[in-house]
Amino acid sequence: MTRPGKMIRLVVETFFKKPATTLYPFKKVEMPANFRGKIIFKPHLCIGCQMCMKDCPSGAIKITKLPNKKFECEISLAKCIYCAQCVDSCPKKALESTKEFELAVLDRKNLKAVFSDDTKETSPE
Amino acid sequence: MFTPFLHILVFPGFLFLVFAGLIAEYIDRKLYARLQNRVGPPFFQPLADFIKLTSKEDIVPEEANPRMFKAMPIFALTATVTAIFYIPLWSPKALYSFNGDLIVVMYLLTIPTLTYFLGGWYSTSLYSKIGAVRSLTQLFAYEVPLLMCILAPALLANTWSLSEMASFYENHSGYWLFNIIGFAVAIVALLGKLEKVPFDIPEAETEIVAGTFTEYSGRLFGIFRLSLDIEAIVGSSLIASVYLPFGFHLKPLAGFLLYMGKVLSIIAIMSLSRSIFARLRIDQMINFCWKYLSPLAFLQILICLIAKWGLYR
Amino acid sequence: MRKVVIPIGPQHPALKEPESFSVTLSGERIMAFSARLGYNHRGIEKACEERTYIQDVYLVERICGICSHAHSTAFVQAVEEIAGLSVPERALYIRTIIAELERIHSHLLWLGVAGHEIGFDTLLMYTWRDREVVMDILAELTGNRVNYGINTIGGVRRNIDASEISDILKAMDILEERTKYYIQLAKEETTLIKRLSCVGILSHEDALSLGAVGPTARASGIPRDTRKDDPYAAYDKLEFKVITDDHCDVYGRTLVRLGELMESYKMIRQALKEMPTGPISVKAPRKIPAGEAFSRYEAPRGEDVHYVKADGTDRPERVKVRAPTLANLQTVAKMLEDRQLADLPIVIAAIDPCFSCTDRLISLREPKKPDKTLAWEDLRAYSIEWYRARGIDFTKVNRKISRRN
Repeated sequence: MTRPGKMIRLVVETFFKKPATTLYPFKKVEMPANFRGKIIFKPHLCIGCQMCMKDCPSGAIKITKLPNKKFECEISLAKCIYCAQCVDSCPKKALESTKEFELAVLDRKNLKAVFSDDTKETSPE
Repeated sequence: MFTPFLHILVFPGFLFLVFAGLIAEYIDRKLYARLQNRVGPPFFQPLADFIKLTSKEDIVPEEANPRMFKAMPIFALTATVTAIFYIPLWSPKALYSFNGDLIVVMYLLTIPTLTYFLGGWYSTSLYSKIGAVRSLTQLFAYEVPLLMCILAPALLANTWSLSEMASFYENHSGYWLFNIIGFAVAIVALLGKLEKVPFDIPEAETEIVAGTFTEYSGRLFGIFRLSLDIEAIVGSSLIASVYLPFGFHLKPLAGFLLYMGKVLSIIAIMSLSRSIFARLRIDQMINFCWKYLSPLAFLQILICLIAKWGLYR
Repeated sequence: MRKVVIPIGPQHPALKEPESFSVTLSGERIMAFSARLGYNHRGIEKACEERTYIQDVYLVERICGICSHAHSTAFVQAVEEIAGLSVPERALYIRTIIAELERIHSHLLWLGVAGHEIGFDTLLMYTWRDREVVMDILAELTGNRVNYGINTIGGVRRNIDASEISDILKAMDILEERTKYYIQLAKEETTLIKRLSCVGILSHEDALSLGAVGPTARASGIPRDTRKDDPYAAYDKLEFKVITDDHCDVYGRTLVRLGELMESYKMIRQALKEMPTGPISVKAPRKIPAGEAFSRYEAPRGEDVHYVKADGTDRPERVKVRAPTLANLQTVAKMLEDRQLADLPIVIAAIDPCFSCTDRLISLREPKKPDKTLAWEDLRAYSIEWYRARGIDFTKVNRKISRRN
């Protein structure tokens, strides 16, 4: 049996419920714990094997050797596809995914993250 | 000397209608969103949209007839604004009235649809032309039941003037209950007039982009949208005055609030029906109007004639 | 009314991806329909040949946004077959669970899109709201909402733990209840039925001869389902029905997809219960021995086919993808015969098209002679001529570039 306006009960009930959408930029969205967001690098763990560079599908990651046996990592946030293959490839767990996903910037030059010191991440500003 | 100008330009004319139209659009959109479990726009969204549109460039297509293309939005706006002067809003007497103004209001409310047709036709885009033809086809389907079901209360009141109808129903309280079927038919026909789901066939987004309005942009589109908002207010005012004719003797402020309440509840009914139906095809819409809506409107006329015979005997 | 030719696309509100259709109308009636593909060609097959196998997994995953797991699984299966890897049982179950979750999200998405195409936006809002439930589950399991990246050669990358299992079961209960409501809605709402039934009719014989796949074929009464016909992953151990329908129209396709949703909930529950413990991947060699393999996968839209040829290096020699939309697109012209313009969006949407999956090739025609294809040199000469006619001369710039090189 068909009848027009079948949804009327549901929509009127919904009217008195809390909306399912949120005011997004004002109310932040929390991602699950193992979300594959921005990649961070821990220089003291890196051995410079460059496996991450070999496996990166988009060539977003670059490891360079610094003079004092340390390594610097530069990740292009625009090229990165956030597959986290580098995290899996790294034999020493020097790379890690974070929950951060709001990575848009106004200037294209700032679309990269450079990690050379253990304590902080430097952005080219 | 200045009072008519005040009436025409400020209250209850143009300026009032603009604000009422924007409020009606806000309520429609907010309600539609809440019925769909969404947050919906903030209260200033319709005004912000309008300001944004007016500040944008008007693009007239190269192939279009510029004079007709530019004139049509103005025509639509003027016709809808003029119609309000003959409709009794919160007192039984409209601003201007004469015997036969019912027909004039119906005519004035048909003009916007004609402008959608002409505007679409003269913009020469294929989508606009199809939308234009569709809006004219649709006009012939909903206009007949609408006119018939508006005639029925007039027959019962034995007058062709909306103001006299209002005072008749005011003096004979309870008579408006005879016209309940007509009320339902009129709301469905108004949905067709305002091109809202399930009758938004002339501007079916997924088929013909925006129908008539495909080529319109900037100020001209803003005026078209405004005239649609005002048409919603005027159309619901007409339905309110014909089918819900009570509370006209209240004090000005209370009467005004009651009037806004009536109009906004009609708009709310339209948003509700907009949210529970799928868009019909043009053939299905015409079938529906002629098979179900017109007989219902005819039934309404019959009821009124029988009631009249019974009451005046 | 005389005949008019209307372009639907490359940019049109009915299409979510650029693809060009041209429709000849007489009044509202469709007289002829033709499609032109190639607006989304991204050269993925060629790009695959220049990357290693592990990089290709992520590249083929991005062929499609909705059925990303379908493409990556089909590719990985082919590579595993060439390399002779035996994938652990648990990994196969996890792949199956993700595949069915993906089917749920795809079918709910389709239902919303179908609602939008027929002007029923409330249905769109409700189904997409419910789709968020499964998207959240996918994000929790795999770390991303769309490109799950769960597959790797030789298994899967992430395990499913007990708390995730209880989350999935909870979500399945919510979705099952909502889906039951949608089935009821599809069977009762008058305007919905009026817009869907007897639209886009594809008879059983036409569906067979045009080679329809997936829900399009199943709605014409063809029980064609790779999961049953040629089981992969853990499908041979799961119990499920192949949903078919004999309405042969868009309404039938809606019912098939809704029925498949119910089957998916059942399958996920069964898979979670019967999932064995053990490792989730085996180590894959970087260099895959020479050989070739052909892999089939039942994507939400139909059968997805990948062919991989290996030559003993760490890069494939050839990758070929046939997405389900390519098989189904042939049926659209048949379905639109003698229909109205208003039916066009829903008929195209009813095959659940994914044009960027489909576009494997682009062919350029000479503007004046449509049967002659343009080669690279022709195209270059043509563009130089085109700009010169508009008063722009690139000769100096070209010379400068060539001097720098």
